[in-house]
Amino acid sequence: MKRFPFILMSFGAAVLALSSCKMKSTESAVSGDAASKVYVAPGKYDEFYNFISGGFNGQVSVYGIPSGRLLKVIPVFALNSENGYGYSEETKDMLKTTAGYVPWDDQHHLELSLTNGEHDGRWLFANANNTPRVARIDLTTFKTAEILEIPNSAGNHSSPFITENTEYVVAGTRFAVPMGHEDVPISTFKENFKSTASFISVDKNTGNMKIAFQIMLPGMNLDLSHGGKGPSHDWFFFSTYNTEQANTLLEVNASQKDKDFIVAVNWKKAEEYAKAGKGKILPAEYMHNTYSEDSQSTNSVMEKDVLVLDPKDCPDMVYMIPCPKSPHGCDVDPTGEYIVGSGKLAALIPVFSFTKMQNAIQNKKFEGDYYGIPVIKYEEALHGEVQKPGLGPLHTEFDANGNAYTSFFISSEVVKWNIKSLKVIDRSPTFYSVGHLMVPGGDTRKPYGKYLIAYNKITKDRFLPTGPELAQSAQLYSIEGEKLKLLLDFPTFGEPHYAQAIPAAMLKDKSVKFYDIMKNKHPYVALGERKTKVERKGNRVDVYMTAIRSHLTPDNIEGVYVGDEVYFHVTNLEQDWDIPHGFAIKNNPNAELLIMPGETTTLKFVPTKQGIYPFYCTDFCSALHQEMSGYLRVSPKGSNVPLKFGTNVIDTTKATASK
Amino acid sequence: MAVRFVCTAIIIPPMKKLTFSGKISIIVVILCISTLWFFPMWRIDLAAPQYPEGIYMNIWINHLSGDVDIINGLNHYIGMATIHEKDFKEFVYLPITLISFCVLGVVVLLWNRKIGYYIWTAIFLIIAAFSFYDFYKWEYDYGHNLDPHAPIQVPGMAYQPPLLGYKKMLNFEALSQPDIGGWFYIVAGVVIVVACFLEWKKSKAK
Repeated sequence: MKRFPFILMSFGAAVLALSSCKMKSTESAVSGDAASKVYVAPGKYDEFYNFISGGFNGQVSVYGIPSGRLLKVIPVFALNSENGYGYSEETKDMLKTTAGYVPWDDQHHLELSLTNGEHDGRWLFANANNTPRVARIDLTTFKTAEILEIPNSAGNHSSPFITENTEYVVAGTRFAVPMGHEDVPISTFKENFKSTASFISVDKNTGNMKIAFQIMLPGMNLDLSHGGKGPSHDWFFFSTYNTEQANTLLEVNASQKDKDFIVAVNWKKAEEYAKAGKGKILPAEYMHNTYSEDSQSTNSVMEKDVLVLDPKDCPDMVYMIPCPKSPHGCDVDPTGEYIVGSGKLAALIPVFSFTKMQNAIQNKKFEGDYYGIPVIKYEEALHGEVQKPGLGPLHTEFDANGNAYTSFFISSEVVKWNIKSLKVIDRSPTFYSVGHLMVPGGDTRKPYGKYLIAYNKITKDRFLPTGPELAQSAQLYSIEGEKLKLLLDFPTFGEPHYAQAIPAAMLKDKSVKFYDIMKNKHPYVALGERKTKVERKGNRVDVYMTAIRSHLTPDNIEGVYVGDEVYFHVTNLEQDWDIPHGFAIKNNPNAELLIMPGETTTLKFVPTKQGIYPFYCTDFCSALHQEMSGYLRVSPKGSNVPLKFGTNVIDTTKATASK
Repeated sequence: MAVRFVCTAIIIPPMKKLTFSGKISIIVVILCISTLWFFPMWRIDLAAPQYPEGIYMNIWINHLSGDVDIINGLNHYIGMATIHEKDFKEFVYLPITLISFCVLGVVVLLWNRKIGYYIWTAIFLIIAAFSFYDFYKWEYDYGHNLDPHAPIQVPGMAYQPPLLGYKKMLNFEALSQPDIGGWFYIVAGVVIVVACFLEWKKSKAK
């Protein structure tokens, strides 16, 4: 009997001991002062703008860091009924491609424009993976300014990475395809399929893009890329997989080789070859859409050809470096000396040295060639390998102190390691299965450091459940100390891949507040209510309308018939900050408009039934917003109702009729 | 010489000359007034919950600047008349008046008689008083002559901005005060009155 309490006590102690060695939980990963580090008091601003790719929603989200607050969604490759992007007459051609209007895309990577390898805060570039396109976003308006389609490409994945002075934005194809839509059997992959790396030049002043040349590589999958820096300025590095050249069951057949490649392209040399006429001009149709802020319209041009460089005709332009196990991320450290390839199936991270690679090229330390392209011996280019870093390395970003941070999908963690010593310093779990990660400025010559954000692929229990479809989860870490410190979870939308962050101070003061109406060169602008009118040409009716608090002019329109094409060109006459007006009309199968002050935007409406159609302002603009409405009378086709319009015009028709 | 002195003394009453500081004060006053061509005279600041950044209007001697269009846009709700530069004849008369005043100052300086300074001061005070009265009248008109069809009508409410100082009107707070040019004008006023008083005191003492 005496022993009983003792047994009970031992049992209790055993339970306590067991529970104290339970599995590592989220709670244990967050330390005490995390809340104060991410708290941005009401009325205060975040420290960084974080641009996050939207994946399959085709948009770009803008978040404030460290608060993790969503500030804006920029429509790029997707229709956006919220503001009429892609619906309005002015913006619909932005989504025009050689395959017609492609109103969505798979937006993976973002790059901020660079000068001397550092952010200059001018533009943001975005890729479209599905229908190969590259977009340029203006960072004064946060609007898509240009979209360029890429020919001879499929799966524009290793894009839109850029050179140090934004000389070029690259677009490398992930799915090898035959040049010029050639009709060939799929089994002729090896002979007929090619991988192109397009170099898009960017005009220094306007930002306008143009495909300068395409480098035609053997058929394989160009996965990711990054430009060189400093000493490696002239080079661009692409990771590849499926150098096995499989065209079916890639899961197995593209995982056979022990090593695939990092493709090193000397773009300066390519530029010289292009100038020297070593390339071939091949016919290729692709759309080039540019939005002009002056005329407030899209200029859509079909380009007809492209200059193609074949490595066979251009020696010393392309080299291959073997890289273990289907590499994914291809990242260059801030000094430009180290190139990190992340073999997504490897249990180590190889780090290549640019100096060693150059020596190997000079001394011809090649192990052979791949379709005529010299393959450098692995050891000759290798700086070293990070041993046992984790499972499934994907991407690497850098801080300014010689450290690298790599994301691990399979082991769901981020790992900090030292580039020179290749020693692992710290690791922290992510929730769950991180894809890309980002350090502000972490792929530039001057990382700002301070934070690291993990963009995860699996969310599960991180937020309140919302049915089977969940938001994505991102985690913010502090990297100020030796150890990574988890600070915050925040939801993201679409499926974020790569992201960029820039100090708020570099953008916030040049953000446009409204457009100067005196500079409005829209062909259908109404500069003042006296200039409003309704014109008919055949069955086309143009309504030159103005919006100002709190009325539309004209707000009564008659003499429109079923089947007419009615274009509402609405000019927002306001010249004040944050006074947009909206415009919508009953039963329009199109969208609504959101018109910024000083802007003119056009909504097309084709009435199919007779009746009275109210139209109204959709953006709560003022105390009398509910009054900001009008009527369109649609009469049967062939009836004889005269064209009549106005606002607050006394109608004498009724009086005359009753006389 | 003696004869001539006697003659003048008989024909014109003995007039005392300006002191050195009196002369300097004329130059100071003219310089102060000339700042009105370079800086605004008056400033009306408005703040509302929707305007955290604030809006303002500057009144110069010959024009208006600032957020006049925004103020006009807002005022249409309560039926206030829109503010247009061309409605103000003051923008023509005020510069002419002030230039004339400055020219007169030069005349006083050259004539070098205390009586001239007294008259000049009196003119200054008349101009200042009339300007304030005129400013008040404009504000009264804008604040009270409201469009009877205005969308927002608050019984008994007038929107006359304060002549000087702070006032709350509906959701707006208004602050009316001199701007740089106005402050110089005030300095001119202080200098002219003090100098005038000193001239008078000196003449008594002698």
